[in-house]
Amino acid sequence: MQPDPTAKPQGKPGASPTSVARRKFLNGIAAAAGTGCLLTLGALLAGRPVSAHPAQALRPPGALEETAFLAACLRCGLCVRDCPYETLSLAPFGGALAGGTPFFTARRVACEMCDDIPCVKACPSGALSPKLNDIHEARMGLAVLADHETCLNFLGLRCDVCYRVCPLIDQAITLENVHNPRSDRHAMLLPTVHGAHCTGCGKCEKACVLPEPAIKVLPVSLAKGKLPEHFRQGWEEKAKHGGSLIGEQLEMPVRGMEGQAYGDSRREGGAAGGLNSRWKP
Amino acid sequence: MSPHAAAGPLKGGFAARRWLILRRLCQLSVLALFLSGPWFGLWIAKGNLASSLTLGVLPLTDPFVFLQSLAAGFMPAASALIGAAIVVVFYAIVGGRLYCAWVCPVNAVTDAAAWLRRRLGLKSGRAPDPGTRYWVLGGALLAAALTSSLVWEAVNPVTILQRSLIFGLGGGLSIVLAIFAYDLLVAGRGWCGHLCPMGAFYGLLGQHALLRVSAVRRSACDDCLDCFTVCPEPQVIRPALKKAGQDSPLILDRDCTNCGRCIDVCGRNVFHFTHRFDQRSDS
Repeated sequence: MQPDPTAKPQGKPGASPTSVARRKFLNGIAAAAGTGCLLTLGALLAGRPVSAHPAQALRPPGALEETAFLAACLRCGLCVRDCPYETLSLAPFGGALAGGTPFFTARRVACEMCDDIPCVKACPSGALSPKLNDIHEARMGLAVLADHETCLNFLGLRCDVCYRVCPLIDQAITLENVHNPRSDRHAMLLPTVHGAHCTGCGKCEKACVLPEPAIKVLPVSLAKGKLPEHFRQGWEEKAKHGGSLIGEQLEMPVRGMEGQAYGDSRREGGAAGGLNSRWKP
Repeated sequence: MSPHAAAGPLKGGFAARRWLILRRLCQLSVLALFLSGPWFGLWIAKGNLASSLTLGVLPLTDPFVFLQSLAAGFMPAASALIGAAIVVVFYAIVGGRLYCAWVCPVNAVTDAAAWLRRRLGLKSGRAPDPGTRYWVLGGALLAAALTSSLVWEAVNPVTILQRSLIFGLGGGLSIVLAIFAYDLLVAGRGWCGHLCPMGAFYGLLGQHALLRVSAVRRSACDDCLDCFTVCPEPQVIRPALKKAGQDSPLILDRDCTNCGRCIDVCGRNVFHFTHRFDQRSDS
């Protein structure tokens, strides 16, 4: 610091030069430490919202789990530069996403799932994990058919666009044939996402014909449920062990339906009711 | 008031601005290397100053950003490690704060603020202790460790500005204006000279670097103070020019950015660039 010529002599008249020098030194240190702490605190506060990751911002393929990603990503944009479809962009300063980190918005441009994964190859730090060799293993997000009220297939139409554009058609999205209770005589072919295959590329969300997509790709952590550890699914256990673990089940007779298969609730004599109206095309 | 007042008549216009012009050209060239790709399809350097790949072979990574990643608990992959090592070796040998004066885009902003502050004769505000930058440096690394995230990069004007320029992102302007206003009104040379942890880092890195300014003709000094006025770190000149605490004519302080403005403005041609083993002087 430049000595200030207007400053009054410091310390008491009797204070020794060493004590004045020491006081000045300690004051300087305290001021510097205080400013440094304030700036760091400011950075912490400014950096805090980055943990609130906006749901529509998807990370490139191979991105580490978000906490690890924020420690690993150098914000260099090499992945953005090497993306041949200009899908990726860098988050600007002051936005909700950590400034300088790469992301894409499925509704704007979806990931084309390049076989050679150039974005991962470009990453110098490993924030996009080099362990990702097969783009089908990528989990950028998980498609969720979020709105059953507007999805055209749920309304009984045959839109199927999300299913048709899915790069893993019949694996990541299947059409499930379900009875249409409204007309009571048609099928609904419901687009159904399978987490075991969906890479979160966003093609379905991009292609949804509605003004606002009914199917959306969300970060996996937001979209995926989790079964309790102790849950067992009988049919899977049965397949695993080559047979039922509890032996053949008893079939209890249902009065009036003795001749019918277990679970078949159709009633003879044309009485209304039951799930099946017996209408046949 | 202008530092060229003395140098002007003694030196031609270009001679009095030689290193300044060369520095601006160097700063612009660095940006041009990154921008030729997106603008003209001629890819030379990809990425940005945090980490880049030049001509598809040369990886370079900013060691301070790298260090933050380490502090956040992540060991970056080989490419980033090699890139950081190359940058560390270069600046440790050639000159640490060369980065500040010749590469960093914020330099033009703070130089402009300092120029305007001189022209307007502003004396307002008070600069923090120059040692504050080391506390900010420590704080940035501590914050990274505490949050497992490169927190400083959320506010780092150096990386934000060059990223905004290279990738055409918005938002860089606000931080530039903040720095400009701070340097103009609150603290002369406040950001680069007192607070920036990147400057502190490169200063520490280049403590023993070769490139030095020497006050080789110091007996010719007529005490016009032009060099002190224009120097971004005025405290570094005195020991070499006035033999304060050292006999060597070399400016050995790690804060010196090797910007060469003292060489430019000196009407007596006291200073020149040399290496740290050149002890020649005329007194």
